[in-house]
Amino acid sequence: MSLLSVQGLTVKFAMRNNTVTALNDISFDIGQGERVGIVGESGAGKSITGFSILNLLSRPGYIAGGSIMFDGQDLTKLSDKQFRTIRGNRIAMIFQDPMVTLNPVLTIGQQMVEQLQAHRRVSRKDAEIIAVAKLREVYIPAPEERLKQYPHELSGGMRQRIVIAIALLLDPQLIIADEPTTALDVTIQADIMELLLELCESNNVSLILITHDLGVVSQMTQRMLVMYAGRIIETGGTREIINDPQHPYTQGLINALPQQTLPGEKLRQIPGNMPALSAIPPGCPFHPRCGYAVPTCRTVRPELRRHGGSDVACIEVERLHGTTPHKVDYA
Amino acid sequence: MFAYLVKRLFQAAAVMFAISIVAFAIQDNLGDPLRELVGQSVSEEVRQQLRDELGLNDSFIEQYLRFAGRAIQGDLGTSYFFKEPALDVILRKLPATLELVFGATVIIIGLSIPLGVYTAIKPNSIFSKVVMGVSIIGISIPVFLTAILLIFFFAVELRWLPSFGRGDPVHVFGYWETNFANWAGLRQILLPSIALSSIMLPLFIRLIRAEMLETLDSEYVKYAYAKGLQTRRIWFVHALKNTLLPVITVGGVQIGTMVAYTILTETVFQWPGMGFMFLEAVNRVDTPLIVAYLIVVGFIFVLTNTVVDLIYGLVNPTVNLSRMGA
Repeated sequence: MSLLSVQGLTVKFAMRNNTVTALNDISFDIGQGERVGIVGESGAGKSITGFSILNLLSRPGYIAGGSIMFDGQDLTKLSDKQFRTIRGNRIAMIFQDPMVTLNPVLTIGQQMVEQLQAHRRVSRKDAEIIAVAKLREVYIPAPEERLKQYPHELSGGMRQRIVIAIALLLDPQLIIADEPTTALDVTIQADIMELLLELCESNNVSLILITHDLGVVSQMTQRMLVMYAGRIIETGGTREIINDPQHPYTQGLINALPQQTLPGEKLRQIPGNMPALSAIPPGCPFHPRCGYAVPTCRTVRPELRRHGGSDVACIEVERLHGTTPHKVDYA
Repeated sequence: MFAYLVKRLFQAAAVMFAISIVAFAIQDNLGDPLRELVGQSVSEEVRQQLRDELGLNDSFIEQYLRFAGRAIQGDLGTSYFFKEPALDVILRKLPATLELVFGATVIIIGLSIPLGVYTAIKPNSIFSKVVMGVSIIGISIPVFLTAILLIFFFAVELRWLPSFGRGDPVHVFGYWETNFANWAGLRQILLPSIALSSIMLPLFIRLIRAEMLETLDSEYVKYAYAKGLQTRRIWFVHALKNTLLPVITVGGVQIGTMVAYTILTETVFQWPGMGFMFLEAVNRVDTPLIVAYLIVVGFIFVLTNTVVDLIYGLVNPTVNLSRMGA
């Protein structure tokens, strides 16, 4: 049985005049110890997926439908009080920017002890011992000293290590990492990812890694979801998708990587932008930017179906191989 | 820390210097002091002689330096009306004013924090909307009108509280007289304190609410929720602590401003403090007393600001006072 099973998750945002759909019928499973990547451009709904699992959507967002089964419990039906026993305890979250996630006026020690005490009956002294042990696990030098320090006294990489240590504090079953290295120096990014991978493997923790970095996804995860305009448009084994992407959007993402072009050559961008949530085109949401689009793509909403190594939401997927894309005239 | 303190004291001295020049310059624009000192019958020759003796014919700089030299030694001139050192007169009136400011500050701190936090946490509740509406009215009504309305309702109509004066304050520590020692004294100071707080209180409720709303929207508050902390702890430890940091700075400045606001409140309530004394001094063209008042109020202003800056450094961990001195 899978640890987390999301079925038909739909998230809407109630705006003043209308309601926009940010997540449309998202379904996926994660097994114990499995690592899944969610990729896509900004605004695809990656972070919203992560936040809705912990019911941390900021207003006016709300879960409009679907279920999130976690270890036999439907998270969408929990009360606030019940949810508190899940958050930070059984599902931990790592935020994007460690410079703004830690509270600036509380010491590292206070921020670690409070979390332990929120979920377990431990004395401050015992909590500090656990905190020091976790800081040592993430290779923080002189952990006892760190407990007395404030976040601003530490570097960005150090802070993200501490955020990872806080995530592991109560030995959760699942960690949701929302672009954990985007805000960090490139040289530190690899270290942090390696650390996260090592800790997930050694503790048998499941991981949802939200990122737009395909390189990171290919190193870190076994399976991946590609999201576009609030939908999953391709899902499958990470290796299969990276080596043989089926959906034109996924192909576009991989082709856009700098490694795919020769030095001096122009990067192969996907033309156009992700549509705004309030103006998602009918039919396939990607068709205005797609080089393979045929007239039916404008009217028929594609469902996920098996092709090649993955599940793809594209009605033309069979014809793609061997066809050359036409030039997209993107207005 | 020490270096910062020294630096801050130098700044304070510079501000005091500027205040003293302005206050002293006013002196020349308040009419001829001789008219107050001597009668109509004194001849022009004698007047001229007196001017020379008093040094009124010297240049502005000479007069200022003489004044500043004495001021540093604590001599701010002699009141024409009271015929005693102006500083002594002011210091006698100081406790009444400081107690009034203290009373208003207690009201402001006691009410603005809970109300500001509540209106931020429950922005859509009816109570929050009432508080926000009333606070707008409070800011809009001038202090003297609030004071008169308070006297009308609570003293004249309802007869619950006395309408004017300090009553019989209790002597403590020899020199200080207090209204906080017994029930009768508290009754005397209640209305003036409310009147004095009537502008600052709504201002602080709105300030705390705005800061709190911003903090509640921050990433670290969202992260605190993700950690599964109790909502109370998130509100009152994670959010409130960050909310109050900017409020401390504004609050310090406002305490100084309130000392100045006492002029209106003390006049309406016939409160025997510095503000009331200042208005009387203006009526009597008691120039040395006016100048001394301005300097003392300026000094209180500078002092509170310096103290608040130092406190801020102690409260906010991201301000490192020892590093700021370097």
